[in-house]
Amino acid sequence: MQGLGIDVLFKGTNMLRLLKGLWVSVEISLISVVISIVLGLIVGVLMTSKNGALRLLFRSYLEVVRIMPQMVLLFIVYFGTTRVFGINISAELSAIIVFVFWGTAEMGDLVRGSIKSIPRIQYDSAYALGMNKFQVHFYIVFPQTIRRLLPLSINLVTRMIKTTSLVMMIGIVEVLKVAQQIIEANRKASPNAAFGVFAVVFLLYFIVCWPISRFAVKLEKRWV
Amino acid sequence: MKKNLLTKVVTVLSAATLGAVALTGCGSSNATAIADGQTAKAASPDSSVVYRTVDEIKDSGTINIGVFSDKSPFGYVDENGNYAGYDVYFAERIGQDLGVKINYVSTEAANRIEYLQTGKVDIILANFTVTEERAQEVDFALPYMNVALGVVSPSDAVLSSLDDVKAEDEIIVISGTTAETYLEKNYPDIKLQKYDAYAEAKTAFENGNAIAWANDNTEVIAFAIENEGFTVGIPSLGDADTIAPAVTKGNESLLTWLNEEIEAIGAENFFHADYEATLLDTYGADYENTLVVEGGKVQ
Repeated sequence: MQGLGIDVLFKGTNMLRLLKGLWVSVEISLISVVISIVLGLIVGVLMTSKNGALRLLFRSYLEVVRIMPQMVLLFIVYFGTTRVFGINISAELSAIIVFVFWGTAEMGDLVRGSIKSIPRIQYDSAYALGMNKFQVHFYIVFPQTIRRLLPLSINLVTRMIKTTSLVMMIGIVEVLKVAQQIIEANRKASPNAAFGVFAVVFLLYFIVCWPISRFAVKLEKRWV
Repeated sequence: MKKNLLTKVVTVLSAATLGAVALTGCGSSNATAIADGQTAKAASPDSSVVYRTVDEIKDSGTINIGVFSDKSPFGYVDENGNYAGYDVYFAERIGQDLGVKINYVSTEAANRIEYLQTGKVDIILANFTVTEERAQEVDFALPYMNVALGVVSPSDAVLSSLDDVKAEDEIIVISGTTAETYLEKNYPDIKLQKYDAYAEAKTAFENGNAIAWANDNTEVIAFAIENEGFTVGIPSLGDADTIAPAVTKGNESLLTWLNEEIEAIGAENFFHADYEATLLDTYGADYENTLVVEGGKVQ
C-alpha cells in the first residue's frame, strides 16, 4: 500500500475531507437529478405537442444545452449574472441551476423519444376500445414510456453525478478537488500518491453510482 | 488568449441567454464594453462598483481571499484541512492586520481574473504572475516574489551561461512554456529537445539526452534539490517576472492599503520569514534572496 500512496489518506483528517467532498458532489447531483426528472417529464410531454411554436422553443432549448459545454454554463450563471445584472448567486445554487437546466433538457428529450416510440397502433387500438384521451395516455402510453425511460434516465443520472467534478471551477471543493489537494500537499513525501488517491476516488464514485444502477435493474425486472 | 475568448463568450452569452438588457440599445454599447473588460459597468450602472473598500471589509468582519488549494508549497490544504503555503502565510498576516476573519476561496488558474472582476473575492493571492495583459484586467499591488527561468544541468558538467552551449549540444524544454518561447526568441541557434509533459522531460534529462534543462526557476531548483547530482547553473534567466497580490480594477482603497502593508512588513523582513516557514523545505536556503521580494522592491 505504501507504494500506491493510499497511506496519505490516513494522515490527519484527509479521509474525512474526501468523504465530505463526496457528499458535496452527491448533494448537488441528487438535488439536481430530482428537479430535472420532474421538470423533464413535463418538458418531454410538451415536446410532443402538436403546437409548432412550442416544439420549436423546446427544440432550441435542447440544442442550446447540447451545444454549450457545462463549464460555459457554470461560468455564465456564476460569473455572468454578477457581471451583467449584479446579482450574486452562491456557487452551490449556480451549480444546481446549471445541472437542472442541462438535466431537464436531456431528460425531456428522453421522455419525448420514449413517448414517440410507442407505436401508433396502440393509440388506435385503445381508442377503438372506447377509451378517452386521458385514459389512453395514463393507462396505455405512460406506463410503457416509463419502462423504456428507466435505463436511459439512469444513464443520465450517473453522468450528472460524474459531471459535478466541473463545479471546482466555480470554487466548490468537491471530491475530486479534495483528491487533488491531498495529492499536491504530499507531492514530496509520496510522489506516487496520485495513483492511490484517484483509485479511491474511482471507488467512491462507483459506490455512489452502483446502487443506482442496481436499483434500476431491479425495477426493470419487476416491470417485465 | 484562450482566457480572453472564454471571457468574451461568457459575457456575450450571458447577455443573450439571460437577455433582458441586450435587446434594446445596450447591445452595441455592450460590445464595446467587452473590449475593455468593463461589461458590468456598461450593462447595469447600479452594480458598477463590484469591489469592497477597506472600510467595507472591516465593517463586514470578513475578507474573501482567493488562493490555490492544490499548488504546494504556495497555496495548498494540509492534512488537517487548513490552508497553508507561502501565499497563505501572507494572507493570514493581511487578515490579522485588518482585524478581520479570512474566508479562503479555492481558485483555479483559469478563473482568477473572473473572481476579481465580479467582486466575489477581495484579493487574489494565488501565485499570480504580473503581466501586461493581466494588468489591464485587474490591479496588481507591489510584488512579493520573483519568478524567472532557470537552467539545471548535471553537477559534473554545470552549464553556467547559455553562451557556453556548443553547436552540437541540446537543451530540454517543455512545449508551451515560457522557457521554450524565450530560448527560441533569444537563442535561435541553440538546439532544443521538446517534450509535452513534465514527466517525459524529467526522464529524458535524467537519462542524459541533453546537456541541460530549462524551465521556470522554481521548478528547476526544486528538481535539483530533490535529485542528487544536478546543479542549477543558471538560477535566473530572461525577463524577470514578479508575483503580486491582485485586487479588482479600480479598488484604490484596498490597493493602497496593500501597498502600505507590504512596505511596512518589509521592514521586519516578513517575506523572508514567510520563505523560511513555507518554501525552505522545497527550495533550500541558497535561493531565498533570488525568490523573495521584500517590501515590494525588486532587487
